[in-house]
Amino acid sequence: MSSKNNLLVNLENAGVYKSPKWLIKGVSLEVRRGQIVTLIGPNGSGKTTTAKMVLSILEPDEGSMKRYTDKIAYVPQKINIDWTMPLRVVDFMRLTNNLSNNEVSESLNQTGVEKLFKEQIHGLSGGEFQRVLLARAIAKKPELLVLDEPVQGVDFNGEIDLYNIIKNISANLNCGILLVSHDLHFVMSATDHVVCLNGHICCSGKPSTVIKDKAYIELFGEHRSKTLTYYQHDHDHTHNSDGSVSS
Amino acid sequence: MFDDFFTRALVAGIGIAIITGPLGCLVIWRRLSYFGDTLAHSALLGVTLAYAFSLNIAFSVFIISAVIALLLLNLQKRTRLAGDSLLGLLAHSTLAIGLVLMGFLSSIRFDIMGLLFGDILAVTVEDIALVWIGGFIIIGILYFIWKSLFSATVNYDLALAEGMKPNIYNMIFTLLLAGVIALSIKMIGTLLITGLLIIPAAASRNITNNPKQMVFVAILIGILSVTIGLFTSLELNTSSGPSIIVIAIILFIISLIPLELRGKLQK
Repeated sequence: MSSKNNLLVNLENAGVYKSPKWLIKGVSLEVRRGQIVTLIGPNGSGKTTTAKMVLSILEPDEGSMKRYTDKIAYVPQKINIDWTMPLRVVDFMRLTNNLSNNEVSESLNQTGVEKLFKEQIHGLSGGEFQRVLLARAIAKKPELLVLDEPVQGVDFNGEIDLYNIIKNISANLNCGILLVSHDLHFVMSATDHVVCLNGHICCSGKPSTVIKDKAYIELFGEHRSKTLTYYQHDHDHTHNSDGSVSS
Repeated sequence: MFDDFFTRALVAGIGIAIITGPLGCLVIWRRLSYFGDTLAHSALLGVTLAYAFSLNIAFSVFIISAVIALLLLNLQKRTRLAGDSLLGLLAHSTLAIGLVLMGFLSSIRFDIMGLLFGDILAVTVEDIALVWIGGFIIIGILYFIWKSLFSATVNYDLALAEGMKPNIYNMIFTLLLAGVIALSIKMIGTLLITGLLIIPAAASRNITNNPKQMVFVAILIGILSVTIGLFTSLELNTSSGPSIIVIAIILFIISLIPLELRGKLQK
């Protein structure tokens, strides 16, 4: 895994300045083939900004970004498609890629939404739209996949589904994945490398190391950070020490 | 074939409708209707300069429109004023400069009404050639850059991230828009060209469900507007440009009817 050929992207001490402050500063990270790297951190901690640097949507104002592939797929955090634009799922799937009908169906099938093929994008629910976004990214067969909160608005079972799909993508396509997620369960159980941000890198490393890090515990709270390590399910509620649910 | 002034008008008008169809769709998808208006206003300055330096009108209008487009990009980097304020600023300042300059050229007689509303019935064979050759080039370029332009229209960041180079293609699109205004100013006029861009595309949206369909139906509605509009203006002796737009808006109203009916059926 340490061979240079596997390196897909490399941020070195990178930062983005937007008057009057640094959105993020001093970020160093690498994504390699077959690896899932996850960015976690509170709102406004610079997760999306970091992802956008990796995608060359934002130029680093200090430090550097080096990328060794052009086969990139991106699932943005927010995407608004105006009603003025008539767009079916199949048109959206072909947005940056020439795909046959079969290839489109196949990818939609992988995320469980092949029946939406001819539906209007505007009529989809939030969860359906996320699945279509993920299907579109898979269809590109990317070497580097950047996912910004890919399961938002997806119901509980769907979330597990999608995370399983994401795990499979990295194995099947042998691509590197940079994931922005607030779902600590998934992050801790399935990713190779965790970067905890709060305007800068608080801590980073293997999930098992990060959860013991003081900075991590401070950021997410002792109680929650502990619970999460062994209890894998949705976190729309928290647990008391005896396991009962507290709202 | 082109001896008859009416045939010339029809051929030129249909040519313009074919170009405004796809560009009009992009204009409304990108919420640029006021941008089209701004370019059209600045066209008056282009026409004045064309007279002053004896240039080809279409060429001069194209250059001025392109300069305005670049100025807008530059202004957006220098100030945080909203886009519509900047567009208003550019539209009215170029219009005013155009009118002031016109005052200096008192030796030349301007047909102001013709400039504002176009005079499609005075179209010459050279104008037809300009529209069809220019149109062919515009549509050709559009065809080649469609994928990039379209993806950037849906989501700029996504297009940028996935290597579609949207910044370059946005610039080219702006120049194409300047081109279509330059080609059609003589026939439709500065005040009405935005109408021919937007109304057929808007009507088309009401009855279509995918982007390609919307473009083709917008072209069809544009051609229908031009054809029926010209015949009406001949029959009723009304100005040609406004007649075309009136027909377009009637077609737009008709395009709303199926939606209404669908709504009632669902209830």
